[in-house]
Amino acid sequence: MTSSKQALAHPATSADAAPGSQPGAARGAQGRGTPPPGPDSWRSRLYRWDMKASPYAFIAPFFIVFGAFGLVPLLYTAWYSLHNVQLSGLDHQTWAGLDNYKNLLSSEFFWNALENTFTIGVISTVPQLVMAIGIAHLLNYRLRGSTVWRVVMLTPYATSVAAATLVFTLLYSWDGGMINWLLHFVGVDPINWRESDWGGQFAVSSIVIWRWTGYNALIYLAAMQAIPTDLYESAALDGAGRWQQFRHVTVPMLRPTILFTVVVSTIGATQLFGEPLLFGGVSGSKGGSAHQYQTLGLYMYDQGWGIGNLGKASAIAWTMFLILLIVAAINLLITRRLRKSQ
Amino acid sequence: MRTSTRRSRRLGALAAVAALTTGLLAGCANDSNDGSSNSGDGGGGGKGKTTLTIGTFGVFGYKQAGLYDEYMKLHPDITIKENVTTRTDVYWPKTLTRLQAGSGTDDIQAIEVGNITEAVQTQAEKFVDLGKDVDKSQWLDWKTAQATTKDGKTIGIGTDIGPMAICYRKDLFQKAGLETDRTKLAAQWKGDWAKYVDLGKQYMKKAPSGTKFVDSASSVYNAALGGESERYYDKDGNVIWDKSSGVKKSWDAAMTVATSNMSAKLKQFDPTWDQGFAKGSFATVACPAWMMGYIQEKSGDAGKGKWDVAAAPTAANWGGSFIGVPTAGKHQKDAIALAKWLTAPEQQAKVFAKQASFPSTPAAYDSLKPAAATTSYFSDAPITQIFADSAKTIPVQNFGIKDQPIGTAITDIGILQVEQKGKSPDQGWNAAKAEIKDVLGQ
Repeated sequence: MTSSKQALAHPATSADAAPGSQPGAARGAQGRGTPPPGPDSWRSRLYRWDMKASPYAFIAPFFIVFGAFGLVPLLYTAWYSLHNVQLSGLDHQTWAGLDNYKNLLSSEFFWNALENTFTIGVISTVPQLVMAIGIAHLLNYRLRGSTVWRVVMLTPYATSVAAATLVFTLLYSWDGGMINWLLHFVGVDPINWRESDWGGQFAVSSIVIWRWTGYNALIYLAAMQAIPTDLYESAALDGAGRWQQFRHVTVPMLRPTILFTVVVSTIGATQLFGEPLLFGGVSGSKGGSAHQYQTLGLYMYDQGWGIGNLGKASAIAWTMFLILLIVAAINLLITRRLRKSQ
Repeated sequence: MRTSTRRSRRLGALAAVAALTTGLLAGCANDSNDGSSNSGDGGGGGKGKTTLTIGTFGVFGYKQAGLYDEYMKLHPDITIKENVTTRTDVYWPKTLTRLQAGSGTDDIQAIEVGNITEAVQTQAEKFVDLGKDVDKSQWLDWKTAQATTKDGKTIGIGTDIGPMAICYRKDLFQKAGLETDRTKLAAQWKGDWAKYVDLGKQYMKKAPSGTKFVDSASSVYNAALGGESERYYDKDGNVIWDKSSGVKKSWDAAMTVATSNMSAKLKQFDPTWDQGFAKGSFATVACPAWMMGYIQEKSGDAGKGKWDVAAAPTAANWGGSFIGVPTAGKHQKDAIALAKWLTAPEQQAKVFAKQASFPSTPAAYDSLKPAAATTSYFSDAPITQIFADSAKTIPVQNFGIKDQPIGTAITDIGILQVEQKGKSPDQGWNAAKAEIKDVLGQ
C-alpha cells in the first residue's frame, strides 16, 4: 500500500524538478520501469502502441466470443429462416424466401403461442412485482434476524428451474396432488390443472412467481435502503402513516428501479421456456394437449427439435427477436415519458 | 511521423487481436481433439488403450448386465465408455446434428425404432454398412428390414424389441369378479383389442374403489397400433395416417377407453404415472417386454406377486432399438466388433436376464432365463414363452420419416384432449389432424 502511494507521489516531484524532460513519458514510465531515452525512440513508440492497442486487446476476448457464439449463430439463423431446412438434412437446404414467415403468420399455433406468451407474461409479472415491492417494504423495517429473511427470499431463485417445476408438477397433479387435496376441503372438485385452459397457464405463472418474487424483492430492498431516512422522518412529522409513507415516499423514489425490473421481467416473460416445458412432462414442448401454455419459446423448440423443421424454427427465433426489439422500444418510450414528467 | 504512429498503432492492435485469436483457436483445436470420442493414449503409438464410446438413451441394460466389463476383460486393449442421454427426444436431435457435422459422434450410436426410418432415408451415408460384417439371419427379418436401405445397406443392427403382452393386477381382477387365470384371460380377448376394452367395461362395474381398468387411453392406442401392419406411412413412404385402417382401429379402441371412465387418465412416463403404479390405481397396462422392469421398479415390493402377465390380444411390437457405427468414428473396426458382440444372441439373453429387454435374435429365445426376482414378481408367469410367441408373429410394419412426431400428435394432442379435456372424439381427431399438418409442414 505504502509503496504504491510513493510511486504515485514520485512522478509529480520528478516532473517538478526537471520541467524540461518529457513529463508525460516519465510519468507513464514510472509504473513500467525504466524511462525511455528519447521521444522518437523505439521504446517510446512501443509504449504508445501499448497505450493505444492494449485496451482493444483486453476487450477483444468478449467480442471474439460474442462473434463466434452470438453474432454468427444469429446471422446463420437468419439465413436458415429463408430456407427449407430439415434437422435430418442440414446439407440439403432449398431457398424458400419468406415462405417460413408467411407460414408462421398464417399458423394458428403461432398466434396461439404469441397470445399465451403475452397472457402468461402478464399474469406472472404483475403479481410478482407487486408482491416483491410489498415484501421489500416489510423487510425494510427493523426486524429480528433480517438477514435470515433476506436469504430465505433468495432461495427460490437459487433453486434450479427443473427441480422447482418438478415439485410444482406434483403439487398440481390432478390425481393426488396437494393443491387439489386442499381444494377438496373447501368443497371444490379436483381440477385438471395441466390440461384445463386457464389452469395450465395459472400453474406455469405460479412457478415463475415463486422463483422470481424474492429476487425482485431484494432489488427493491436495495433501492429502498438508498432512500434517505430524513424523507421518512419529515413525512412522519407531517403526520403520514406507514401506508402514506409507502405511497408518497417509497414508490416515487423507487420509480427507476421499478422500471428496471419491469424491463427485465418483460424480457424474461417473452423468453419463457423452461417452466412450461418441464411442467408439460413428456412432449412438454407442445404446451399441453391444446397448446394452452405453449409459449413462443416452446413453439420454436417444438418446431426445431421435436418436428425437425429448422427453417420454420429459425423464422420463429427471428420473429421473437423482433418482438423483443419492439418491447424494448416501448419500454424506452415509457421511460422517457416518465423521466420528462418527473 | 503522425501517419507512422497511426499505422503502428493499428498494427499493434492487429497483432494483439491476431495473437489472441490464434490463441483462442489453438485452444479450440486442442479442446476438440481432446474432447473427441477417440481419446485413446495418443493413438499414434498403437500401444495405448483404445477407448470406444457408445451413445445410448434411457436404460439399455448393457452396463447393468455387466457386458462392458466382460468385453473389456476379453479385450484388454479396449476401454468402453457409455454416454447416456435420458430422454429420446433430447438424444435424437443431438445425434442427428452430430452425424451431419461429422464430429462429436460416439463410436457406436443407438437408434430408436421410431427414428430408424429417418436414419435409413437421410443418414445412410453417415453409417457403416454392417450387413457385410454380421450374419443377418440371426435377427428377426422385420427387425433387420427396418434398418436396411432400399439398395441393401444395413445401417444398424437390432438390439431389443418390444413384443406385447398385458400386465394385470391379479388381486384387483379378483376383487372385480373377473377371471384371473392368464391363459383363460388371454383367450377372452384374443384377436381384438376391442374385446380387451369390453372386459374393461365389466371391470368398472365392480371395480375396487380408487382403481381404473387401464392407465391411459394412449397406452391402449400404442399397443393396438403395434399389431397393425398399416400405420402412418405406406410402403412407398407416402403419408396415409388419416386413411390407415390400423390407425382407425387403434383410435377407436382408445376412444372407447377415453370416453367410458375406465382410464386412470395418466400420461405415460410422467411422475404421476409412476405414482399410479405405486398406489395401484390401475389394473392393467399394455406391457411390452421392456415395461416389466419399469413396473417392478415403480410398483415396488408392494406389488410383488400381485402382477401377472397374459398374452396380448394381437401380436404387437412397441419400441426397441438398433445400434449403428457412424463413419465419423476413428475406431470403426473395433466399434463394429463391439456392436456385433453386444447384439449377439448370447449377450441379448444376458440383457434379458437382467433388464427384461427382449432379444431381437430368435436364436436366443430357447436360452432365455428371466431373473428369478422378475419371475416371482409376476406370479411365475411364463414370460419368456409369452413374449417369444408374440415376437415370432409380429407383422412387418412400414415406418416413415416423421413417424415419431405424428404419433406424438395423435396421443399427446388428439387422445389427451378427449381423455383429459372432455372433448368429443371428432374434436380430438381434428386437433390431431391440425397438428399433423403442422408437423408435415403442409
